[in-house]
Amino acid sequence: MQFAVLGGFVLAAFAPLLHRWFGERTGWVLALLPGALLLWLLGQLPTVVAGETLVFEQAWVPGLEITLTFLLDGLSLLFALLISGIGVLVLIYASGYLKGHPDLVRFHVVILAFMMSMLGLVLADNLVSLFVFWELTSITSYLLIGFNHTDLEARKSALQGLFVTVGGGLALLAGLILLALAGDSWSLQELTGRGELLRGHDLYLPILLCLLAGAFTKSAQFPFHFWLPNAMAAPTPVSAYLHSATMVKAGVYLLARLSPALGGTPAWEAWLCLIGALTMLTGAFLALRHTNIKKLLAYSTVMALGTLTLLLGIGSEQAMVAFATFLLAHSLYKGALFMVAGILDHETGTKDIALMGGLRRVMPVTALCAAVAALSLGGVIPLFGFVAKELLFAAAWEGGWRDLLLPATLIAAILTLAAAAIVGIRPFFGERRELPRDPHEGPGTMLLGPVLLAGLSLLLGLWPGAAEGLVAATASSVGGAPVAASLYLWHGINGPLLLSLVSLALGLLLFRHWARWRAALRPLEPLIQRGPEALYFRLMDALVEVAEWQTRLLQNGYMRNYLVMMLLVLVGLTGVTLFARHELHLAVALDVQLHEALVVGLMVAGAVMACVLRARLAAVASVGVMGFCIALTFVLFSAPDLGITQLLVETLTVILLILVLFRLPRFARLSSPLERVRDLVVAAATGGLMTLLILQVVSIDPFSSISDYMVANSQPLGHGHNIVNVILVDFRALDTLGEMFVLALAAIGVFAMLRFHAGEYETRDRQARGEVVDD
Amino acid sequence: MEPLMALAIGILYATAIYMMLRRSIVKLVIGLMLLSNAANLLIFASAGMRRGAPPLVPEGATAPLGLVADPLPQALVLTAIVIAFGVLSFAVVLIRRAYEIVKADDLDQMKDTDT
Repeated sequence: MQFAVLGGFVLAAFAPLLHRWFGERTGWVLALLPGALLLWLLGQLPTVVAGETLVFEQAWVPGLEITLTFLLDGLSLLFALLISGIGVLVLIYASGYLKGHPDLVRFHVVILAFMMSMLGLVLADNLVSLFVFWELTSITSYLLIGFNHTDLEARKSALQGLFVTVGGGLALLAGLILLALAGDSWSLQELTGRGELLRGHDLYLPILLCLLAGAFTKSAQFPFHFWLPNAMAAPTPVSAYLHSATMVKAGVYLLARLSPALGGTPAWEAWLCLIGALTMLTGAFLALRHTNIKKLLAYSTVMALGTLTLLLGIGSEQAMVAFATFLLAHSLYKGALFMVAGILDHETGTKDIALMGGLRRVMPVTALCAAVAALSLGGVIPLFGFVAKELLFAAAWEGGWRDLLLPATLIAAILTLAAAAIVGIRPFFGERRELPRDPHEGPGTMLLGPVLLAGLSLLLGLWPGAAEGLVAATASSVGGAPVAASLYLWHGINGPLLLSLVSLALGLLLFRHWARWRAALRPLEPLIQRGPEALYFRLMDALVEVAEWQTRLLQNGYMRNYLVMMLLVLVGLTGVTLFARHELHLAVALDVQLHEALVVGLMVAGAVMACVLRARLAAVASVGVMGFCIALTFVLFSAPDLGITQLLVETLTVILLILVLFRLPRFARLSSPLERVRDLVVAAATGGLMTLLILQVVSIDPFSSISDYMVANSQPLGHGHNIVNVILVDFRALDTLGEMFVLALAAIGVFAMLRFHAGEYETRDRQARGEVVDD
Repeated sequence: MEPLMALAIGILYATAIYMMLRRSIVKLVIGLMLLSNAANLLIFASAGMRRGAPPLVPEGATAPLGLVADPLPQALVLTAIVIAFGVLSFAVVLIRRAYEIVKADDLDQMKDTDT
């Protein structure tokens, strides 16, 4: 199992090579992998339906308890089937939709990588590997939304989707870590068994809120719903796959997966029901504002995601069954509808439904698929969507908060039915209109997906018993205990059926007056404009402003400001640590001989004079005096090698400076007295700190030095009598090699700067161009 | 000896930083020289200073007789002196070229990347 998923990533890397061999047919070749996975998963169906959970152990980082163990129970099997099944269809569909696109290779690489990340996400048992796959889906989604990277809108939307989902991902990471701490395990399998412990834990609320932030951003719940419709900038196969059938359901998946561990508390119920219902209504309501078919479908996806969250919030057995059924039904009809939308866009050259009409004669198959899928979306008998809607009504009817949830569900159903009618009827009936392109029936590759998905919607509608096993298994893993499910198309005349009829009638009425409804909504436009998306943009602008402000403040281009800032931080942090953490042991025993004091005094005087003198030559000379005094100090205190080196280098330095100095400007007095005082204070503070540090360092001996080893082994191991030399060329020979490199680089730099002049290049260039150069 | 040396090093650091904070680029070079010398002395002095006991092994012996000065900081300082010279010569030449091109000896006039 792990082999197949990880192998998929490898296959994605080899997709460019496959393109060289198979050209346009690469999509079919790549579809073999999800196809094989689909068949294998179908083979596991009986075992899982029987109530077993398949575990595929695989260690990853044993020291950190991170595993790549995969878990196959009802919930993950349902998701895995959808991912691999729709994945096959999307790959084939894309080979028609993106036919001849120059970036088809890139598409194949990313979508295959996404497919595998998504499979990893729903199969992972370990929290860390789940998070890794979660983030991988965010990244691949970003790359796919921004697929048309020359389009500014696409890039903006991609970035928005990334920021929202990855921002939520951060919260999710915190939540997962807290969850692991509270439950004392990184394994989902173990955590779901520790519900009592987790729900009673002090960290329960923080865990819940962090996880909800992650799940809600990913699944486009209110108020993060805005990124999903914008993600429609992606090519339609991507919208069909990522942004309706699979990725956006990852958040819902996570909530469902953790529902046995965290669900059932008042907080869980309140948050999920409230946000779910709000998202459901927002999505259904905003869908009807749009005439762009993809946006309309995207908002209806938002509505569906809200419904799923709501069902998880209700949490009854009935709701679990409704959850599983609705999830399956939605993926089938929404996948089909998006593919239909892609065909319409591809064949007519526009995404605007208001411009389409009467297409059923030229595109009969597409029209049929659209009608079947739209009927399922609207929840009309005898489609699978109807079964799901009945269960939804039943769950809302029986669950808590009925007075609030039932009307909300009904309103959403009415609006959804209108949306379904708009998508399923509007483009295909009525009179033909002028279109940017002369429409034809879509190619076979693009029809395969909608036909199969719409066919499944119909088949499962007529024979819902076929899905019973899978639905029951899914509901059991969400509920944490075995749940029996019996799906019927006809439940007899009861409450949910009446609600269905009401929604059907009102929905059709709304469809007839769609244009008027849109006009009536126009006054609300300013409110919608000021929605959460405006907040997102304000946040982004603020981010840029803060960045600019702090760059202006910190990176202002004045060298001395950088220096002052660094020094003050150094003095501040080191000083605080020195005084607050350590007792000052100041060794003040003065054991100084006269000649030593004279040498040191001369050295200090040389340094001070270098600052005070106004003539360049005199300043250099007094630096030289200081340098020679340092050399003397080295000699006086048992460091003859240092003395010799310092003497040589100091001589060279003075010569170099005197040679170069005449080409440099004279000292200029540029700063005001106030600035000089400020600099003096900074300099004195740093100098004082250094003095204190040395006094502290020489009076304490925190750990034994490694020098003893070098002193003892210099002759026996290094065969040298001068220990300093042995250290340099033997014990620390690599350091010396590095030093030689530095010197060589400096020498090359000096040579290059002295040898080449910018002016020479210009002259040479102009000569090469044949211009007359006058010196 | 160390307290006196600590004081001297503190003064050296202060002069170095004062010079590096000046706007004149030539003063910056002098500040750089002072700073590298101060840093060398810092390393040298923090290991403790010992008179007349250079870290040498007498002929025929396998280890020094009695206590000697710590050889490790000496080796570090030796490397540092040489590298400081490399850096200084590079800086001096760089500043000379910059002055040739920009014709400004004021660091404040060099704060933008385009001259």
